[in-house]
Amino acid sequence: MARRLEIALAVGIVSLMAAGASQAGDRAAELTALVREDCGSCHGMTLKGGLGAPLLPADLAEKDASSLAAIILDGVPGTPMPPWRGLVSEADARWIAEHLKQGFPQ
Amino acid sequence: MNRRAFLTAGVSVGLAGPAMAAGAGEACAPMRGTGDLGLIIERATGSVLIVDVGAHKTLSRIEGLGDLSHATAVFGPSERYAYVFGRDGGLTKVDMLACRIEKRVIQAGNAIGGAISDDGALIVASNYTPGGIKVFDANDLGELASVPAIGANGKPSKTVGLVDLPGRRFAYALYDADEIWIADFSAGMSPALTKFTNVGRLPYDANVTSDARHYLAGLFGEDGFAHVDLWADKPEVTRVVSGYNAGREKLPIYKMPHLEGWGQSGSTLVLPAAGQHEVLLLNLETMREEARIPAHSQPVFCVARPDGREVWINFAHPHNNTVQVLDVFTRKIVHTFQPGPAVLHLEFTPRGHEVWISVRDADRIDIYDVRTRTKKAEIAGVKPSGIFFTARAHRLGA
Repeated sequence: MARRLEIALAVGIVSLMAAGASQAGDRAAELTALVREDCGSCHGMTLKGGLGAPLLPADLAEKDASSLAAIILDGVPGTPMPPWRGLVSEADARWIAEHLKQGFPQ
Repeated sequence: MNRRAFLTAGVSVGLAGPAMAAGAGEACAPMRGTGDLGLIIERATGSVLIVDVGAHKTLSRIEGLGDLSHATAVFGPSERYAYVFGRDGGLTKVDMLACRIEKRVIQAGNAIGGAISDDGALIVASNYTPGGIKVFDANDLGELASVPAIGANGKPSKTVGLVDLPGRRFAYALYDADEIWIADFSAGMSPALTKFTNVGRLPYDANVTSDARHYLAGLFGEDGFAHVDLWADKPEVTRVVSGYNAGREKLPIYKMPHLEGWGQSGSTLVLPAAGQHEVLLLNLETMREEARIPAHSQPVFCVARPDGREVWINFAHPHNNTVQVLDVFTRKIVHTFQPGPAVLHLEFTPRGHEVWISVRDADRIDIYDVRTRTKKAEIAGVKPSGIFFTARAHRLGA
């Protein structure tokens, strides 16, 4: 419970800073579940990779958050990575990218 | 019983062994058959449920199986032991009668699934990191062979679509090398390898028909399937059901289609399209496409009712709350329903009177009467995914 609250607070702050969007804690929980469960079907629930690339902080060190957010939104042509635009907003993508780089919440 | 109590009960079984009370507060009976047992993956908690299929009851929760996202299981011929392949490379032998882990090894860094030889002696794991297959003794999980998957392009590849074939043989596809290999262990643990190259771009999964004749790999990098007729004197690869995206936009795929448990109905095979909201009907006698049936969304599993007349289909995110029923005989979708959020897998009872459906985000497994298509029971499970009934022990393919 405390962890959930901590995430919700962190999300609120980051989204205010990064995207200027007001993102409620509920959305953060939804995005966390989305990444773990649905992105996880290719990248692994622990994000150590599967058919898709690993997404742990060390794997993403060379990539900045904006380019990661762009990959999330527009996909990678020629690979199974689909564009998530329409399912996640730009603020969502930015939040996911930054949290992937930091170590994604459980 | 609330979840905490349930979990605690499960732990006590794992520690204390079969004589203790099991997860649902009942004994995991020491004297019983195994033909109506099942194993259900709880992907997020690294646990599995042992279920009594006939009684609609959980017998035990077994914990400590590691990362079970995308986990799968096969059964030994006695239907007593399940072999569970985890994402983290863990291979766990589970005693379904004693409700405990018999043996567990970490055999790779990142794995995708496995198979068991026709004689039940060899367990084979298919791996992503490092790519290739590994062979283990079904008794003690001792490693017997490791076959790297270096394609003609010189690169190590992830292996997908691993299936058993008669005569201690296994077929699989090399995702990064566009190849299909057959490894023959009949003469020993240095397998004779038959390699097919340029089978089509990015084979993502594969399966074999129940007569061990037709091996088909779904292609992600192009719209079609690579087919090998294993009954031919000199098998070769041909493309089948090609071009289904031609002239149409390839739609985004938020979960890869799966060919495990695919829909074989007499001479018709029902396959998920990749990038179209359709299922594709392949005639196995002519190897020609018979029809394309519009479906609710991107199909994931197309699972045939055991008699073959119907194929039940689930779908990718974000439309994964729905299941559709295709009548293969009339080629019509005859039923569409919403079991709940995130339907991940379906498993029919061996003769098809029930289908069990895992509803991940509702933390339950729903049990449907197949004839009336009505829900008759449910059991609780934490983020359930794959459902595996022991009758799989006696079926060829994945």
